[in-house]
Amino acid sequence: MTSATMDTAETHPEQMGDSEWRIVWRRLRRKRLAMASLVVIGIIYAMGIFAPLLAPYSYTQQNLDIPRQGPSRQHLLGTDTLGRDMLSRTMFSARTTLIVTTAVVLSGSLVIGNGLGLLSGYRGGWVDALIMRVGDVFSSLPGLVMLILINATLGTRVIEAVRGFERTTGITGLVASGLPSYLLVFSALSLFFWVGTARIIRAQILQLRERDFITSAEALGATPYRVIRYHLLPNVAFLIILQVSATLGGIAGSEIVLTWFGVGVQPPAASFGAMLFEGSGPRTFQQSPHLLLVPGGVVTLLLFAFNLLGDALNDAVRGR
Amino acid sequence: MGAYVIRRLLWLPVLLLIVSFSTFALARYGPGDPVAVIAGQVRDPVVLAQIRADRGFDRPIPEQYLMWLNRAIRGDLGESYLQRGFSVSELIFPKMWISAQLGMVALIIVFAVGIPLGLLAARLAGTWLDPMIIGTLLFLQAIPVLVVIPPLTWLFAVKLQWLPVGGWDGIFALYWIAGVIAIPIPNPHLYIPLVAFTLPGFVGVARLVRVTALEVNLEDYVRTARSKGLSEAAVQFRHVLPNALLPLITVVGFALAGIIEGAFFVETLMGINGIGRLTFEAVTSRDYDVILATTVVFAAAFVICNLIAELIYGVVDPRVRLGSSRS
Repeated sequence: MTSATMDTAETHPEQMGDSEWRIVWRRLRRKRLAMASLVVIGIIYAMGIFAPLLAPYSYTQQNLDIPRQGPSRQHLLGTDTLGRDMLSRTMFSARTTLIVTTAVVLSGSLVIGNGLGLLSGYRGGWVDALIMRVGDVFSSLPGLVMLILINATLGTRVIEAVRGFERTTGITGLVASGLPSYLLVFSALSLFFWVGTARIIRAQILQLRERDFITSAEALGATPYRVIRYHLLPNVAFLIILQVSATLGGIAGSEIVLTWFGVGVQPPAASFGAMLFEGSGPRTFQQSPHLLLVPGGVVTLLLFAFNLLGDALNDAVRGR
Repeated sequence: MGAYVIRRLLWLPVLLLIVSFSTFALARYGPGDPVAVIAGQVRDPVVLAQIRADRGFDRPIPEQYLMWLNRAIRGDLGESYLQRGFSVSELIFPKMWISAQLGMVALIIVFAVGIPLGLLAARLAGTWLDPMIIGTLLFLQAIPVLVVIPPLTWLFAVKLQWLPVGGWDGIFALYWIAGVIAIPIPNPHLYIPLVAFTLPGFVGVARLVRVTALEVNLEDYVRTARSKGLSEAAVQFRHVLPNALLPLITVVGFALAGIIEGAFFVETLMGINGIGRLTFEAVTSRDYDVILATTVVFAAAFVICNLIAELIYGVVDPRVRLGSSRS
């Protein structure tokens, strides 16, 4: 990776007037591994987006006559214990991963992390102290243990609440669609994934706000909103992207782990965690290894791609 | 330094209070009535009400929490609802010892393997082998622990029958040569769990060592050492290595977090009777006093280990102790 990127500065002078985004994208495009990772992530996410169209079977359709069959023409990746099509399950699991990662990135990193980081860095004083101390608490907790606990204890409560909501509003099908468990998983994850973003943004804002262009904007009477929106935010956008790419793997992995524990996304919704759980006994593995290897392979590829992309993006933003 | 240590130590009880209270509130708010679990088959409302009053479940949660805290400070962490007759302390501390032993060995292996690989990658920087090493380690990190264990168990324990399928039998086992001489070897029960534990950890250590070794190589004092005619080996071992290892102390905390999280899967899948498996079972069966205790213990272990890592860093690197920064 390093050797391919060393010559960037000399041999490919960046044109003046290019936006920073374009420069970073150009650097990134020259990294073959990064591009391959993007393709892998793109394919898995596309599988998730188009799962209802692409999947040959429904992810809930059982056929108890053909449990745990190996790959065949009818079922390209075989069937699981209940005779459900593994390929369709995999696609819908990718959909779960897609939903959870997107929701956590949007809420945890972008809204909460970014918002609190900006607020903390720009306002300073007791607001800053409070936010940072709360962040300290979250980062000194063993995240996984707390996530398991939160999901285990609040799971049925959230379902009850959504059921109550259904009764009062007359909307049906929310509980049946598995919405409550998605909601809980992503809120719990957001609770633990904002701290890193907030800290990085805050550190950057602390430096930026001493700069002349901020002082002049303030001197011209710009409101705090305007300063943040037009002067600070564009300057931390890259950091946000970096942070997001660094946490994607962790978010996807956490959902899988929670579901493996039985406290994440609830059946019949498909999740890699549930698929891995089903295939993880040594006896099961001996008889039908595809139950573990199919979801395991996809998850490994996805996490590997996330890691590589995060690395490459980091290099590209830092000018390598 | 003194003030710093004291400030960090004061943070510990505050954190434990926050953790225990939120855990307590979550546990009491969670599904399933603890009274019903305690009563077992008994469904007599009078008896249930009596249990409720005796255990204080009818009081408000903050008051219940203070009662729990009051007992917990004296070492009474309550009673397991499911493993009747066992106090929580009796259950968790022996299991914690098992997990701690396993975790320590795993931690040592992560560093023992990660450091040389990182130094190797730094030496090979500029060749294809450097990205190859790091890439391979990154790949190993991406394989979930859940996916590593079943194939290993199947291959080595079921198919080849070289290793036991699971369980815990201490760290050392005796290997008899010709039935006469016994030499202690690492217990075969440990091999698969340790592989699963350590695979995801190597890359973090190796990458950090690689980066710092590359940076240290450019420092003035290394150039000085070279220019006064020291051999390359002497430069590497006397000047580069100690400085490159320094930042590693800060990742002990991260590595430990990984191992604690790994404990859930490794212990559950390998049938090791440690605290990870206990937590898994307590969560699935909603044994709340056990969950509460393990969460608090995990949080305490986590915070204390991070604190120790920070303090060691302060002792080893005077720059941290004196409060001056590197740049």
